[in-house]
Amino acid sequence: MSVVRIPPVLRASTGGQKQVEVEGSTVREVIGGLVAAYPGLAQQLLSGDGDLNRFVNVFLNDTDVRHLQALDTPVAERDTVVLLPAMAGGAAAGPAPVLVASGGRIGTHGGCCSCPGRAVRR
Amino acid sequence: MTTELLTGTPKPDTGRGAVMPERIVGLRCRNCGRAEQSGPNYVCPACFGPLEVAYDLELISRLVDRSTIEGRPAGIWRYLELLPVDHVPSRGLRVGSTPLVAADRLGPSLGIDRLWIKDDTRNPTLSFKDRAVAIAATKALEFGLEALACASTGNLAGATAGAAAAVGLPAYVFIPADLEPAKIDHALAYGATVVPVDGTYDDVNRLCLEVADELGWGFVNVNLRPYYAEGSKTLAFEVAEALGWRLPDVIVAPIASGAMFTKLAKGFDELAAVGLIERTPVRFVGGQAAGCAPVATAWSSGATDIEPVRTPDTIVRSLAIGNPADGRYSVELARATDGSVEAIPDEATADAIRRVATLEGIYPETAGGVTLAAAEAARRRGVIRDGDEVVALLTGNGLKTPDAVRFGLGDGGATPATAGQPGLAPVIPPRFSAFEA
Repeated sequence: MSVVRIPPVLRASTGGQKQVEVEGSTVREVIGGLVAAYPGLAQQLLSGDGDLNRFVNVFLNDTDVRHLQALDTPVAERDTVVLLPAMAGGAAAGPAPVLVASGGRIGTHGGCCSCPGRAVRR
Repeated sequence: MTTELLTGTPKPDTGRGAVMPERIVGLRCRNCGRAEQSGPNYVCPACFGPLEVAYDLELISRLVDRSTIEGRPAGIWRYLELLPVDHVPSRGLRVGSTPLVAADRLGPSLGIDRLWIKDDTRNPTLSFKDRAVAIAATKALEFGLEALACASTGNLAGATAGAAAAVGLPAYVFIPADLEPAKIDHALAYGATVVPVDGTYDDVNRLCLEVADELGWGFVNVNLRPYYAEGSKTLAFEVAEALGWRLPDVIVAPIASGAMFTKLAKGFDELAAVGLIERTPVRFVGGQAAGCAPVATAWSSGATDIEPVRTPDTIVRSLAIGNPADGRYSVELARATDGSVEAIPDEATADAIRRVATLEGIYPETAGGVTLAAAEAARRRGVIRDGDEVVALLTGNGLKTPDAVRFGLGDGGATPATAGQPGLAPVIPPRFSAFEA
């Protein structure tokens, strides 16, 4: 089981837990499993069509998964997945959307002076 | 240290839970529009989108006019009504009201007919970041936060450390470990605790996101970001006021996270919304270092989303953000205004620093070189046209990046200036005859 660290803004949906253990062999499966276990996270993590919300950044052991294999990045036992807000913007990563364990579709990250007031002429 | 008052006596800080004045509505999600209460929050709990400050601009239009602003002391607080603070803080650095200089010698060198330089190298800690941090420090005190902190590419380190010293808060500055020594020493001088992180700025930023969530600190560009970002609007306000309450045809600015670039537009929009200016079209031109140009790449390729740069490779450390928070909004702004985002090689950046220093007597750090080279590139591209009035923002001081000015001149700027460098005469004895020789 991998560990998923939950940021404060999402903890209302995980009963206040700062981290939870989730099964899954890829980042995609882990997020799918997380949403299946805590359905309240779906609204925050997934967009209306089931893609991963573009404001969510996912890190595997401190590396942005967009620099790895995006959502298809393999996840091993004892790996840590961190979900963090993209602050603004968000970005594309990864291949086409696919169905995940929760039935929700997640996929491409990208779906997801002293002289105030005067101009100086010299 | 104490700021001058705008009018009357400022109200005392009222602490956590203070009731915001009516002109400040609160926070609003830039993605879904959900309203949130003012506080050290930066993420929408509904959609994970970024929060920004919302104002009652109709009310503000009745509170302020040009003559009121013109009668106030220098500094960013002359635009108080359009900033997310309820009164002028009683302590803090004197920030803003930097000169807008007619660059009559540099302009022709860049092919630009009418070029103005906004010389923001003159702020208290020598960069525009003082504007944003002044707002963030005020809010940190208002929210009762225990310390001021930041993730920095360098300029923000000094700005956060200086502002924290001025208001009496401890400062914690997280930086990439390979940052220019001058910037590290700058932050240390103000008494900050500097935390070097073995990684890129994006690694530092991720760490700070996690730390900010767990500590009672005010990270200026994380949990205070909605307020912090508003400070950059004062660049737009000052440009418009200095031009006689009107807008230029083109504004050129560096893009790191893209926050300042996009807030310039918000500043212009708000000035128009409250009746201080007539809204005329402004083309937005951004500059990035070619060695870390995720926004320029997206703009030139037609992409909507930003492809992060994992390992920036540039002398322009202050712009080396591989995963820019406001990158997407920056691309949209450049496209919507018929502007551009230019990727500038380091050699061109250094050359632009030398040109503005020798032609105008203004010495910017690397981001300023990128900005001026971007202006030149936009002129070649046709984004800047004959007769255009152009404002270029020089956002940091060259003393912070002392090696950059010699980049490309032989030794790559890797060593201190030595005899034989262009312009540097050999050591001579203190005799007139030796000088004559």
